[in-house]
Amino acid sequence: MGGYVLKRLVSAVPVLLGITIIVFLIMSLIPGDPATAILGSYATPENVEKLNRDLGLDKPMVQRYFIWLGNMLTGDFGRSFSLNRPVLDEILERFNATLILAGTSFILCAVLGVLAGVVSAARQYGLADKAITFVVLIGISVPSFFLGMMMILAFAVNLRWLPVSGMYAIYGGGDLPDLLHHLVMPALALAAVATGVVARLSRSAMLEVLRQDYIRTARAKGVPERRVILGHALRAAMVSIIPVLGIQAGFVLSGAVYIEIVFQWPGVGRMLVDAILKRDLLLVQGGVVFVAACYVLFNIAVDVAQSLLDPRIKT
Amino acid sequence: MSSFFHLLFRNRLATLGAVVLAVIVLLVLLTPLLPLQNPDVTATADRFKRPFTEGHLLGTDHLGRDLLSRLLHGTRLSLAIGVAAALIAATIGSAIGIVAGYFGGRIDNVIMRCVDMLMAFPYILLALAIVAALGPGLMNALIAVAAVNVPFFARNIRGIAVGLAGREFIDAARLAGMGHTRIILTELLPNVLPVIIIAMSTTVGWMILETAGLSFLGLGSQPPQADLGSMLGEARSALISHPHTSVVPGIMIFLIVMAINLLGDGVRDALDPRLRSGALSRPRATTMVDRDSPAPAPTDDLLAIQDLHTQFHVGERIYRAVGGVSLAIKPGECLGVIGESGSGKSVTALSVMGLVASPPGVITGGAVRFQGEDLIGAPYEALRQKRGDRVAYIFQDPLSTLHPLYRIGQQLAEAIQSHDRISNAVARTRAIQLLKDVRIPNAEARIDNYPHEMSGGMRQRVGIAMALANEPDVIIADEPTTALDVTVQAQILSLLDDLRRARGLAIIFITHDFGVVAQLCDRVAVMYAGRIVEEGPTGAVLDAPAHPYTKRLIACVPELGGGRRVLAAIPGLPPMVDRLPPGCAFAPRCDKVQEGCRAGDIALAGTAPRAVRCLFPEEEV
Repeated sequence: MGGYVLKRLVSAVPVLLGITIIVFLIMSLIPGDPATAILGSYATPENVEKLNRDLGLDKPMVQRYFIWLGNMLTGDFGRSFSLNRPVLDEILERFNATLILAGTSFILCAVLGVLAGVVSAARQYGLADKAITFVVLIGISVPSFFLGMMMILAFAVNLRWLPVSGMYAIYGGGDLPDLLHHLVMPALALAAVATGVVARLSRSAMLEVLRQDYIRTARAKGVPERRVILGHALRAAMVSIIPVLGIQAGFVLSGAVYIEIVFQWPGVGRMLVDAILKRDLLLVQGGVVFVAACYVLFNIAVDVAQSLLDPRIKT
Repeated sequence: MSSFFHLLFRNRLATLGAVVLAVIVLLVLLTPLLPLQNPDVTATADRFKRPFTEGHLLGTDHLGRDLLSRLLHGTRLSLAIGVAAALIAATIGSAIGIVAGYFGGRIDNVIMRCVDMLMAFPYILLALAIVAALGPGLMNALIAVAAVNVPFFARNIRGIAVGLAGREFIDAARLAGMGHTRIILTELLPNVLPVIIIAMSTTVGWMILETAGLSFLGLGSQPPQADLGSMLGEARSALISHPHTSVVPGIMIFLIVMAINLLGDGVRDALDPRLRSGALSRPRATTMVDRDSPAPAPTDDLLAIQDLHTQFHVGERIYRAVGGVSLAIKPGECLGVIGESGSGKSVTALSVMGLVASPPGVITGGAVRFQGEDLIGAPYEALRQKRGDRVAYIFQDPLSTLHPLYRIGQQLAEAIQSHDRISNAVARTRAIQLLKDVRIPNAEARIDNYPHEMSGGMRQRVGIAMALANEPDVIIADEPTTALDVTVQAQILSLLDDLRRARGLAIIFITHDFGVVAQLCDRVAVMYAGRIVEEGPTGAVLDAPAHPYTKRLIACVPELGGGRRVLAAIPGLPPMVDRLPPGCAFAPRCDKVQEGCRAGDIALAGTAPRAVRCLFPEEEV
């Protein structure tokens, strides 16, 4: 087992390197002089020249890449000019908020999605199945940012159940109940599409598995139907559901950008959009590399979970 | 193609999606011709007019611009950008995929590594990085969305291209001296094109949504030009005071995405042949029962199948898999049921405990009595308590019939614990004993194996152990040795025979192998096209088969030491059970057939213990 984890971690190294290369190449697409692009057109020539030196822009590209990579490996992501603080500090602080939001949404989409899919499959063509199919269709068709806005109208403005936006109340609060109170709407809005996708897939995975011979064997043994569905069938279906959960985690992370904007959530997504609009490219660069690297590591965790579930995967 | 559209539009939801989409596309195409106000002319005096006000059907936005006009122009822009992004992504991605798939080797390797790395990003990060580098703007958003979707096309198309590149017509083109470019363009591309188009149609909705999203974030279309995303983004600041400015573009995005989703689902379903046959439906916990006649009277047999009818209802068709089978078995007896594939022997066996997959299976008549009690139509819980406990099954291929993700010990323990409330430790001890009973060496270690870690013979022993777990009265063995090689088969057979004699088990043994029947069974019933055509003591039937079919079937068996002889294969195929001929089902293949054979129903007749369903039997019984 430990060997398998190690093997997967080692195999992630080229992918992580690839990510840095891609981000580096994209950033070198910047038209004109990057230092001017970063500092804006009102920057003094001295400042431009200084930044050029700091970024090593006077050096050849390959050398520049390795300097940048080396700096990142030592924890130096550069300094954000718009916030005037180290990029990594800002990212770590913002990533925490994103993790709370996206993590909650991911758990919601996994639990609710699989549950809905199982119920749907177990009651195929029944009332529950039709209701779930309908809700899922709506869910996967509403853009998350629109859904978030409508939820604000319904639950914050009209019903006044939940706060309009933010992560904590401005006065007082700051504790866990306050966080949860603020988390409900953005987490649900963010989870909606992914839940729909997971529910659909779980339904078809369950239907596929329920036709297998080993389900008939379980029934022939006299295993109670509830256990046939929730034990034998679900376990086998999870083999095809788990990789999709890994993919959906990427979509949840992507959707978080919109939801953070709609709900004024102080996460990495909002930071990135603000940074793009302010042309704070070092912050963008650092944020993208950091989040992408976390996502790669998360997918390794997904692979490990898969290997724990399925003994046929050679570990 | 026409059958595809027929299937597609039989799907009402897909039709709805197509109609909604068609209306939107039509509106958008006609937008420049419609008498609309200029979408970008501001009139601050008229800001935030509510919908249905004079002159503004959908009201006005924060700058007093007509929302209907902005909506249609915005939709036009969003659709155009989304489609353009899809076309660009499809073109570049497919080109990469085709090159990788066609050339293979190192080129393929390098390209696919790069694609994998691009796919390692959550899509929006890549898009944001591109927009960050190029700067906000609609064109740059388009480039970003297209670029993000290139890897998807590259990977999908490469998969197809790899398959095609190895085909003969490509080799032929190469031998004919055609250059790579020409082969790719004239031979490969036309074959890949349908896949590209399908992939594009399933992703275009997604790309519309992504560009709208970037515009929503303020990174796409810039004021005053508006697409649906930026309309929604601009309206957000007035969400609470004037929600209609948000609702109008939001609902339009929703309608477009839902219509494309519905249509996409319809296309996928119409293309997936499994859904056509209705095979993707879940078998219920017990077979459906729809008996139109009362059950026959009870007998004093241990297990009696009485005039059983089991059918498969697939669409309009009715397959009469079992058409009135009666069998009975006493304690300690072994009954062989023999017949070709599709003769209904397995369905008969599965009907006993309601295990025929349903839908499509339906039991339409007869009874199955265990100690006099009718199991057909019995409540689920009553049936479940007997399953595995009084009547147990051994199935054919234990690799597919054992659960791949549970250790065999767990599967054995579960069989016991489903009927007997005992602790896990006790169940485990019993499971080990069961493995020893079926002569699995090193049972204490083997119990923690997964099925894929065992050999076929070992797995089948596990299957037998599982059937024995609750010391049942009857075991129904459905071709338990068919997947095994001869030496293992002999071991399994002698094991079953020992168990039967030691425990007084009744066994119904289903097989297509006369050798197995001769070795194990006291009596044999021969099935053809869902009915029993002959039955009797094994020795009598084998020595002097009465039905021409039985005789021909026995003649098909090669004999060891019999020297070379012409094996008398039976010409033709068994009839399809959805259109059985009247009279004898074997008549079309029988060389003794006469006029009367095709006339009407022929009874199973004879003096006990033998019976035959033939007007002109080989032997009088």
